[in-house]
Amino acid sequence: MVADTDVAANIEAPPRNTVGPIAWIRTNLLSSWSNALLTVIGLYLAYEVASSLIHWGLISATFSGADGSVCTREGAGACWPFITAKFAQFMYGRYPEVERWRVDLVYLLALAGLVPLMIPRVPGKFWNAIYVFVIFPILAYILLVGGVFGLLHIDTALWGGLLVTLVVATVGIAGSFPLGILLALGRRSKMPIVRWVSVGFIEFVRGVPLITVLFMASVMLPLFLPPGVTFDKLLRALIGVAFFAAAYLAEVIRGGLQAIPRGQFEAADALGLSYGKKMGLIILPQALKLVIPGIVNTFIGLFKDTSLVLIIGLFDLLGIVQLNNADSKWFSPTTAMTGYVFAGFIFWIFCFGMSRYSQMIERRLAAGDRR
Amino acid sequence: MAVVTSDRGRRQAAPKQGNFLYRPEVRQIIYQAVLVALLLALFYTLIHNTAVNLRKQNIASGFGFIDRTAGFDVSQSLIAYNSSMTYGRAFLVGLLNTLLVAGFGIVAATTLGFVIGIARLSRNWLIARLAAVYVEVIRNVPLLLQLFFWYFAVLKALPPPRQSLSVPGGGFLNVRGLYLPVPIPEPGFEIVAFTLLFGIAAAAAVYAWARRRQTLTGQQFPVFWTTLALIVAMPLIVHVLLGSPLVFEYPELKGFNFQGGMVLQPEFLALFLGLSIYTASFIAEIVRAGIQGVSKGQKEAALAIGLTQGQSLRLVVIPQAMRIIIPPLTSQFLNLTKNSSLAVAIGYPDLVSVWSGTVLNQTGQAVEVILVTMCVFLAISIVTSAFMNWFNRRMALVER
Repeated sequence: MVADTDVAANIEAPPRNTVGPIAWIRTNLLSSWSNALLTVIGLYLAYEVASSLIHWGLISATFSGADGSVCTREGAGACWPFITAKFAQFMYGRYPEVERWRVDLVYLLALAGLVPLMIPRVPGKFWNAIYVFVIFPILAYILLVGGVFGLLHIDTALWGGLLVTLVVATVGIAGSFPLGILLALGRRSKMPIVRWVSVGFIEFVRGVPLITVLFMASVMLPLFLPPGVTFDKLLRALIGVAFFAAAYLAEVIRGGLQAIPRGQFEAADALGLSYGKKMGLIILPQALKLVIPGIVNTFIGLFKDTSLVLIIGLFDLLGIVQLNNADSKWFSPTTAMTGYVFAGFIFWIFCFGMSRYSQMIERRLAAGDRR
Repeated sequence: MAVVTSDRGRRQAAPKQGNFLYRPEVRQIIYQAVLVALLLALFYTLIHNTAVNLRKQNIASGFGFIDRTAGFDVSQSLIAYNSSMTYGRAFLVGLLNTLLVAGFGIVAATTLGFVIGIARLSRNWLIARLAAVYVEVIRNVPLLLQLFFWYFAVLKALPPPRQSLSVPGGGFLNVRGLYLPVPIPEPGFEIVAFTLLFGIAAAAAVYAWARRRQTLTGQQFPVFWTTLALIVAMPLIVHVLLGSPLVFEYPELKGFNFQGGMVLQPEFLALFLGLSIYTASFIAEIVRAGIQGVSKGQKEAALAIGLTQGQSLRLVVIPQAMRIIIPPLTSQFLNLTKNSSLAVAIGYPDLVSVWSGTVLNQTGQAVEVILVTMCVFLAISIVTSAFMNWFNRRMALVER
């Protein structure tokens, strides 16, 4: 005991130049002449970007006003009153003001289901999943569309903003899930015709841009239907998006299926399970768990791609920002820039959050394999 | 499955013979027959409905419209085009514009992506962080939004021609686009061009020879400097000796607009910038993963046998990283090409904008127009992936 403290007292402090902030700067920023030059270039770049952002967004920005005239002065930065004035539109589109509590309630219900589902430690995942995938969609549909239980019917033409973005993305991924699983199983099937049909669909959809799929859904779908049958515009976009996402999801799920060892298939066969039971009880639960990060990445891609629906005339978040940028009341040189920065920030929060979540899941899954 | 013990096997074999519906082979045939029947019924219904609908709306079918006069103008065209030409010609204009922006975009995105991907692995903390910020910001914002940003908020907000911003090298940037000097060859330039072609051929030969010599003897040859001398210095010297037969025509402000030189339209610039900056963020991640995917031992072994840092990177790490990088890089190239169809949102006359936009609206023949568009993109996908697969096979690990 005594000897230990003696030894501790005799230990010299490490040389000044190997620890502490100065040493850190030396090894990470100034280790050589070329490195120091890079640091200078990096500092300059960082300073330029940060200072122009702060200047544009804060110092020379406008924070209050009733129309675009307050932002027209020389060298004006961001036009924030444009955002505050249009905020409700960006969130709900033309959804009637008195009914907007329904949208908020749907958001709350979604959070109540998703947050515990996404935190691995919270128990009761089964009932939680039942709520999110069965009960919640029904509730959300009733609340958003209305027409029953004394709720006013709201036409989807009035929906807009972030609401449409979220609806298209979530319905798109949920709708594409069953189709994606079927296609992935079909692609690995031993039956040649089933395999060819799946491969054909997947490669065809993955080979064309989403825009052409959306064009097809909006222009050709009405032609495909019996005369007299018409479709809601939003529903047409949803069908297009779901088909598109299904092809990508199928490839992700196929990756998971390929990663399941052969023994699992053989063991299921040896137990005498039918094809449906083998897949549903043994293979898919393992395969889907493996590809959660891939599914989240597909979802991020889909979330960004929802902005394309503005090309076929729906007003998602970007569409409604684009529409309002042209508002003559708010005309100013910086209105468009402000609108895009705002929309970009909202998209960024969602996508960045999801990608961080998928990284966390990936680490957790990897931790199970690391023994 | 196939191995059955004698006792159980006999008992199970009996019902198989009795009811052949329980045989897997028979079932497979039945399932597939049902699938084919369903698909045929689906296609029949779709085609029948479409035919009925088209007849009711008095829309013609077939590709006869391709030879009819288009009657609309296109703002940018690589081949001669005016409004009295046919729809088929307009299709070609759009297709070439798509290929143009995709080609330039792929080159720019790859260059920027490699720079940023390597910067993310830099030992310089600041550079690595800046690259990470670039990737995380650009990757998580929709491409369409970025295109709108570049087009409406940046390029359309530029000053009018009279207050143009000048670009180093005699160019000008204003709301109508980027005006650049254009090189005009004069008599005698053929010799310079020939020297350049000769230089490229010679450089390729030197490269092949140096590579062979290195594999055989391990001796290195300064390929980079030789190539530079052959391709850049030699034609330049010939150019100067011949009295500079290549002159530049500079854009000049005359009245309200610029004359001379060449102009890159804001639509093209916005699409090019948006596509390359967006795709570069994905390529950067691919490059980073590829370099990190090479095992550490490889680099340590390279240093241990006495290669310098640069040599170990060039000769050991990068060739192995390329094997990991090429397949996902291919899909990014395809994504960029497919994403170029967003041109329709900012009015760049690409295939989708000219063909599936204007031509579709004028003729109303949605089925034919959209089918052709999809086939073009499928063809581009197939050609690109075939080329990249060939390239990948060349780079692939040759094992015993």
